[in-house]
Formats: sequence, structure tokens, C-alpha cells
Amino acid sequence: MKFSWHDYDSRGFYDELIGGRGVARPAGKAVAKHIRSLTMEEIRERQRAAELAVKTMGITFTVYSEGTNIDRAWPYDIIPRTISGSDWDRVEAGLVQRLTALNLFIDDVYNKQKILKDGVVPRDLIVESGNFRAACVGKRPKHGVWAHICGSDLIRDKDGTFYVLEDNLRVPSGVSYMLENRKVTKRVFPELFAAENMRPIGEYTSHLFATLASLSPRAERRPAVVVLTPGIYNSAYFEHSYLAQQMGAELVEGSDLFVGSDDCVYMRTIAGPARVDVIYRRIDDLFLDPEVFNPDSALGVPGLMRAWLKGKVALANAPGAGVADDKAVYTYVPDMIRYYLDQDAILPNVETYRCGEHEACAHVLQHLDKLVVKPVNESGGYGMLMGPTASAQERMAFSRLLRANPRNYVAQPLISLSTCPTVCGGGIEPRHLDLRPFVLQGAKHYVTPGGLTRVALKKGSYVVNSSQGGGSKDTWIVDCT
Amino acid sequence: MSMLSRVAERIYWLGRYLERIENTARLVSVYGNVLLDLPRPATLQWDTLIAITGSAPAFTERYTRADERNVVRFYLADDSNPSSIVSSADSARENARTVREMIPASIWEGINDLHIYLQDNVDGALARRGRDAFLSRVIEYCQTLVGCMAGSMSRDAAYHFLRAGRYLERADMTSRIVDVGTANVFPWRQGQSQVQSQGQGQAQRQSARDDGAEESPYEAILWMSVLRSLEALQMYRRLVPERVLADEVVDFLLRDENFPRAVANCLMALQSCLRHLPRNELALRTVAATIKHVQEANIAGLLAQQGMFDYIDQLQIEFNELHAAIRSTWFETAV
Repeated sequence: MKFSWHDYDSRGFYDELIGGRGVARPAGKAVAKHIRSLTMEEIRERQRAAELAVKTMGITFTVYSEGTNIDRAWPYDIIPRTISGSDWDRVEAGLVQRLTALNLFIDDVYNKQKILKDGVVPRDLIVESGNFRAACVGKRPKHGVWAHICGSDLIRDKDGTFYVLEDNLRVPSGVSYMLENRKVTKRVFPELFAAENMRPIGEYTSHLFATLASLSPRAERRPAVVVLTPGIYNSAYFEHSYLAQQMGAELVEGSDLFVGSDDCVYMRTIAGPARVDVIYRRIDDLFLDPEVFNPDSALGVPGLMRAWLKGKVALANAPGAGVADDKAVYTYVPDMIRYYLDQDAILPNVETYRCGEHEACAHVLQHLDKLVVKPVNESGGYGMLMGPTASAQERMAFSRLLRANPRNYVAQPLISLSTCPTVCGGGIEPRHLDLRPFVLQGAKHYVTPGGLTRVALKKGSYVVNSSQGGGSKDTWIVDCT
Repeated sequence: MSMLSRVAERIYWLGRYLERIENTARLVSVYGNVLLDLPRPATLQWDTLIAITGSAPAFTERYTRADERNVVRFYLADDSNPSSIVSSADSARENARTVREMIPASIWEGINDLHIYLQDNVDGALARRGRDAFLSRVIEYCQTLVGCMAGSMSRDAAYHFLRAGRYLERADMTSRIVDVGTANVFPWRQGQSQVQSQGQGQAQRQSARDDGAEESPYEAILWMSVLRSLEALQMYRRLVPERVLADEVVDFLLRDENFPRAVANCLMALQSCLRHLPRNELALRTVAATIKHVQEANIAGLLAQQGMFDYIDQLQIEFNELHAAIRSTWFETAV
């Protein structure tokens, strides 16, 4: 029996593929039509083939609590998520605008601090933030850019409007999965590629390399770019290795590097020391240099901050860029855009309560059952409260945490995440998803067409994190003719 | 761009582990076939294989009886034996995973496929019936990988380290397989008293040879099995068409400079890899000395005077020294 979209009901949520009454949106016509031409057994067969392809291609991610089983097959759903080209153009402009303003903000914070003096962003919020690095004050990185690689999380509300949920400016991950998802789809649904006019995503790594190369302190020669990884036990190791491979860059660990007496960074090679110009570092600030930050860090390189401050090596993202990657600072991004660019934000923020503000905190405590409360400094969905689904006991425990350290939390109303048809045990059902596009800024900007779509595989769930049972989908930006 | 010392080391070990998988498959395959060729009551047991490969301590730690099932499990499926096929495949995959940016995607995928195949099929290979097909398939996977490497890798340091690991491992295993052959043949050739006159260190090997003392009518068949396990039979026949005898076979497997699994050829291939690498003086000196030692060996004389076991022991010590020279030159790069 063929699958029929008339049996599909997204229950009032915005569905990315099916507009209503079983009719596909323009960008999803070809996909919906193709799925309709298959039987459920054929669809399951494709899903199995995709899972085998993921295994063969060695696409894995790591879950911390799994003991010796350090890598797991990446969860992938075969039905692509489609977005129309015209919708996307607006998102793209919004993301470029946003990262431009964020970089102006970071550069300002570590230099003149105009935005703090003008009282647009409270000084305490910044200089007392755990992400503010005093060691970076006075530094002017090339192009004035601190966050070269940004991953912003977007969601779509009931009416289909895109909102920014958060900006990841430290070491955002996921782009390799975006690229690999496309390759898996090509293996599983090759026939769809001929029928559809989607924007290619494969150039990301060339753009990433160009962005990194544009930071080199020695502009006259082909720069030596390396990817610095904490090593094989890191949850994003697959990606570190993948990006290094795709860029033709060396994948290094801290122990492969050293800072010479000339303050330049070198790597240990079979022919002796070799100078490094640009480090795409995938380790957190506090582990970068045991001489400046965490003295116990074995992941970093002693003297690295000295080399960076003296301009002998470029670091991407720059140390201290995380000062703008904080769920409390997030609430000021629309103000930053107005302040630095004299523009209105193209992409709206989700309405957010800063629990550090007395009135907001009281409101949040009163409405815990309607809000999502998040620590300002965590990622991966850890340490948050889903008010509407939590038990009274959980809410009680959480309100104690909140009262003890209100500055550490923000709260947002539960946004209804959009859905997309997803292959489940019982057939094809709507599942909630978000989107993480990746934005580059060096000498130029680049935005990935689409991004990584993460999908909550459990019915009704909003938790899309792969570390907590989330899956993923290929994301297509389709230009409708 | 020059290669990281850490990466060089992992690629070298990737080469060694992949070769070890193939060689272990060949070793188990030839041994099974040799035993099938023997008259009953069999004069050889599976524990001889354990003794020859120097695995007795590791084996007795885990098993009490050296019967076929245990020995085969030990070599193929035992993940607590670091040299078993499944362990080598794990190690190969871990090394490949840490150097993925250095190797073509097809090789990474091939290693994953091999890994998946082993997980799914190794238990079926413990019984004789499924074993040959399994071992052939494993060898095929390895050869496909070698082909991918030859066809898609630039001839840079990564390629040279990968091959250096492969050739050293291969030289080592060919020497062990020659050991298997001589251990199998000698029970018929030599009298018990002569065997006992050998040094104490040979005690375990002797036990295998003590059982039989008459002339072997099966010698040619056994050596053909050995040659076949290395896919060397046709190449050998083209060189020595009229007979398959110990002197010629051992000479061929150790000293032939053209056959790719012969020790001399492996060492010369290793030498050519090392020539491409920087700061190679110590390693080149060491490999040249070993090559000379192989070239100057008098095989017939060694066999006649039961000197072959000591000679191969000495060769294996030299292989270890060669590995130590490679490690200290390129993997332990000091600032």
C-alpha cells in the first residue's frame, strides 16, 4: 500500500513539508510526491539503507556516559526538510546582520566599551560574566572579527516565522553532520536530486578554509592552518577530523604544538618544527593555555595566549568571543544591531526573561509551569527546566536553584517548534525540529544554505539534542520556479 | 607541509595492523590446511602454531586446552588477545579514526566495512565449515584496502609510513610462516636425538617435533600448502618448475628479491620507503644490515644443521631493532 499524506496531521503546528489537508508546500512538492509513490515497506527499506550507509561512512558522535563505547552511529531520518529559497534569503540576511553586530560588540567590549558607557548593555552583565576574558582586553584581531564561526539555533513558530533561539560563538559544532547528511541522502534518494532544484552545501569547507586563511599573520605565503582538537574522546572529534580532512589542514592535539622562544607557534613534525599561522581551535578558552587559564590543562599549549596577543598566530574563534555567547547577553542582540548598525533586527529573538532582573525573576517563579528555564552558560540542553512537562516536584527543586543564583538563568515561553514528517516505528509522523545554520566571518561573510536540522524523535518531544536521543535530517533550500 | 610525528606513528601502525589481519588470516588458513594434509594419527597439534608465533604465554593465560576451537578463537575472535584479527581490526580502526584527515574516505569506509564484517561473521568461522570462506573474505577486504591505497594516495610521507608498517609486518609474518613449514617438515626428517640436542629455548617447538621421526612422504604437499597460503605457488613454480622442496621453498620465501611476500623483497620495499623520509640515516643503516643478513644466508646449510629456528629468531630480533630505529627517528621527535 502506498503512503498517503491525507493520513498525516501535524496537529496545528507549522509543518515544514505539508501545508494542510495533505497538500505539500511549494518547496516540498517533489519530496512529498516521491514519498507518496513509495509503499511504507519501501520507505522503511530506504531508512535501513540509510542507517547502513551511516555506519559504512563512519558517521558517529560520542555520548559521554557510555563508558568504553565511545562512538555511536549518527541518527539520520531519510525525509529531507525543505525550505523555500525566498524564505531563506531573508534568514541569510538576518544571520549576516546578527554576526556583524555581535563581532562589533565583542571588539567594543575588549576595547573602547562604548556600548557599556552608553548604558545600552549593563556593564556588570559583561565584565562579571564567566565568559569575559580580562587577558583579551586591548587586543585587535585581524578584520576586527572575534567570532569567525557562528552556529545560531533557529526555530519556527506556529505561523512559520523564524526566531533565533541562541547564538553559539565559542566552538559551535554540527556542520560536518550537515554535510554528511547530504551525502547520505544522495545515496538513498538519488532520483530526487534530479527532480529538485536545491542549493548546494558542499562548498562550506572551502569557505571555512578561506575564512581561516584570511586571518593569517603572514599574508605573503600560503598559511599553515591547523585544527586543534582535544582528542579522540571529545564528543565532536568526528567533526574535528572531518573538517581537517576536508580542508587539507593538519589535525593537531595540544601536545603536537609548542611556542618557541620567538613567540611563534610550531608543530612537531617528522622533519622537525614547522611554523603554524592559523589555529581553528575546537577546545574551550579555559583549556587553551595553562600559563594563562586552567593550569592543569593538558589539552592546550603553554604560551599560546602570548603568541596570539603578539599577533604571531591567529586563533578562531578568538579567545573571549564567548562573552557574547550567553543566554542573558542574547537578549540584548536586537539592541546591539540598532546600536552598531542602525538597523532593526531582521530575525527576531524569542521573548526572554532575564532572571537577574528582579521583576522578571518574580514573574518567572510565578509562571514556572508555562516557561522553559535555561542556565545562561550551558549548551547541549543540559541543566534546563521544561516547565510545562516537568512535575511539581521538579519545578520546586528548580525554583530553589533559580532563587540561589538568578543571574545564572533566563526563561522563555514554550515556543511551538515546527514539525516535519519523520519515519517512525508506526509509519510517518510529525516530529518537532530546529535548525542550526553556520555563519562565517573573516574578510567576508558566508552562510550555509540551510544548516543542520535536528529532530526530536520522541512523539511530542521538543528535545532535539543528539546527546539526548535527537535525530537529524538533510535540509534543502529549494528555489521554486 | 611536513607530517606530524604523532600522525606518522598512527599511520605506520595502521599499516602494520591491516597487514597483521591479512597475515593472521593466512597463517590460520595454512595451518588448517596443513593439518588436513597430514596422515592420521596426526603428529601435529594446534599448540604448535601457538608456540611458533611466540604466543604461548598469552594463550595459556586464557585457555587450558590448546585444541582447534580454542586456538582458532584465540587468533580470530578473542578480543582480549591484542594480536587477534578482531583486536587488530579494532586497533586499525582506532588508528584510522585518528588520522582520517590523512587518508582517502574510501579507505576509512573499507576499514569500517571490514570491522562490521568481522563483528557479524567471526563466530561462524570458529567451526571448520565456515572458516575458509571467512578467511578468504578477510584477506579480500585487506587486499581491497591495499589497492585503494595504491590507487588513491599521494606518494607522500603518509603513504611511505603506511607501507613501511606494512612491509615490516609482512617480513615478520613471512618469517613466522617459514617457521610453521620447517616445524611441520622436521618431524619426519630428523631423528629425536638430534632434535633434543638443540638449546633449551626451543623446548616448546621441539614438543611438536618429538612425535614423529620417520621420513615424510608428505613434504612436498606441506610446502605447497605453505606456498599457497602466501599465494606464492605459481610464482615459485615459474622459478623452480620441477619440485617443491624445503631448501628451495625456504630460500624463495626468505631471499627472493622479486616476490612481494618474500622477506628480502619486503625489506627492500621498506628500504625504498625509508629513502623518501627525512633524517633517515639510522633507519637506512639498520635495514641495510638486515638485508645483508638475509642475502648472505645459506639456506641449505641452515636446514641441514637445524639452524633455521635460531636464524629466524635472529631475524625477528633484527625486525624489532628496525622498528625501534623508525620509532626513535620519527615518532619521538623532540623539540
